[in-house]
Amino acid sequence: MNRVLRWVFFTVIVRTVILLVLGLNVRNRERLPTEGPAVLAANHNSHLDTMVLMSLMGTRRGRVRPVAAADYFLRNRFMTWFSLQIIGVLPIERQRSEDGGDPLAACGEALERGEILIFFPEGSRGEPEQLAQFRGGVAKLAARHPDVPVVPIYTHGLGKALPKGQALLVPFFADVFVGEGLRGSDVDGDFLEALRERFEGLRKEGVFADWD
Amino acid sequence: MILGVESAALIALAGVAGILVTATVLIALLRRRLPEATHTELVQRVRSWWVMAAVFTVAIVVNEVVSLVFFALVSFLALKEYFSLIPTRRVDRSVIFLAYLTIPAQYAIIGLEWYGIFIIFIPVYVFLLLPFRMVLGGETNHFLRAVGTTQWGLMAMVFGISHVAYLLVLPGELNPGAGGPGLVLFLVFLTQFNDVGQYVWGKTLGRHKVVPQVSPGKTVEGLIGGVVTTLVLAWVLGPWLTPMSHLESLGAGLLIGIGGFAGDVTISALKRDLGVKDTGSLLPGHGGMLDRVDSLIYTAPLFFHYLYFLHYSPTALGLL
Repeated sequence: MNRVLRWVFFTVIVRTVILLVLGLNVRNRERLPTEGPAVLAANHNSHLDTMVLMSLMGTRRGRVRPVAAADYFLRNRFMTWFSLQIIGVLPIERQRSEDGGDPLAACGEALERGEILIFFPEGSRGEPEQLAQFRGGVAKLAARHPDVPVVPIYTHGLGKALPKGQALLVPFFADVFVGEGLRGSDVDGDFLEALRERFEGLRKEGVFADWD
Repeated sequence: MILGVESAALIALAGVAGILVTATVLIALLRRRLPEATHTELVQRVRSWWVMAAVFTVAIVVNEVVSLVFFALVSFLALKEYFSLIPTRRVDRSVIFLAYLTIPAQYAIIGLEWYGIFIIFIPVYVFLLLPFRMVLGGETNHFLRAVGTTQWGLMAMVFGISHVAYLLVLPGELNPGAGGPGLVLFLVFLTQFNDVGQYVWGKTLGRHKVVPQVSPGKTVEGLIGGVVTTLVLAWVLGPWLTPMSHLESLGAGLLIGIGGFAGDVTISALKRDLGVKDTGSLLPGHGGMLDRVDSLIYTAPLFFHYLYFLHYSPTALGLL
């Protein structure tokens, strides 16, 4: 039942919204990983980000797990069912739990199973259309799994269509620029810094209208 | 008459297919004589033309509802490209949403054949109401820019393009040979052929630039060659597809030839201002929807009101 609902949700609702209401301009789609393990690292402006990335992964969707904050996405029974069964999120605790548990342990296990994680290095959605400080989680993952590619994906426009705290979806085209994967083993120095540089490079590829 | 479409319109559609076949063959033959990049671009363009012609044919042949939905979709895609390219204000999200809602409203008005409302809805009511809705947002910074750009977009992408759709609901008995689809075909075919004509004449004979700061590719020779080609086509096709005489058709050809050029360079100026080359990536080889309908934004209202004045207005029908 849930599998049917999941299929209906992604192929009917999400695809219609993304193709007709929004419209994507995707650059370098071929850089998306064809198989796991891999990490898709994207900037985060909107709930649409996850939907767009899942949609771009197409039939590989079954192996894609968006990493999401448990306190937000599992906050009640309906959200828990929807997040886990329909979207397929991988819930993590934002704060290190009191007994010293490792919030990234589940991510590591998923990568070992060959899954593809969607990771938002900025943490939460933050100010629309602005790149916030990266958190350390993605660098830790890269250090623990130095051969897993972290693919930077810069999106623009989704925060205009559906910013944080708004329920009204307003049609805007969105740009999705896929960068080249970066492995922990490729980087000698600061992984976060290297990833951030890739993002800045991707951002400079586009011409974006002001939104103030 | 097949599927409720007059035979002249069907023959014209077959003619369009014939032209595309010729273009496809010609480009295949020119393969060795053209630079690789030019050839690839031409192949892409013609392929997109095939898709557009096929979708367009289905849209105007099946029935009126399908046609209206199709043109509403063209307006929507063009408006969405426009709103995505221009600077907008966060506070105007709901205003932009309302602006999109004018599309179903405008095309529903056309479906109901309310000519009087069709002609004033966006230029009068939306013009007055949207800025007021913006005022309620409370933000005055860049207010004039927001009011101006929103209304300009609605005039061009919704009001302008919707004139093509109104041609379909004009009384069919006044154009017995080809009906509403004949009028749409005359306008759209001439507008698009004029674009291609100006491009081809410009490439082969072009020397003197018309508006070098805006669109360096546009030349006087291309413009004149395109307009003359369009005049010839209008003279031949007008009496067959529309209620116009040969002479009246020449007037329509002139409006379409010059109006098409004006629309093209107007959108070019807008793109240059915004620092983009294409308005989108919907149609490979052409760019976005707005790149394709730029001329139509001008030619549709110009042709419509010329034709309306001559053959459909109360004055023309001797009712006044």
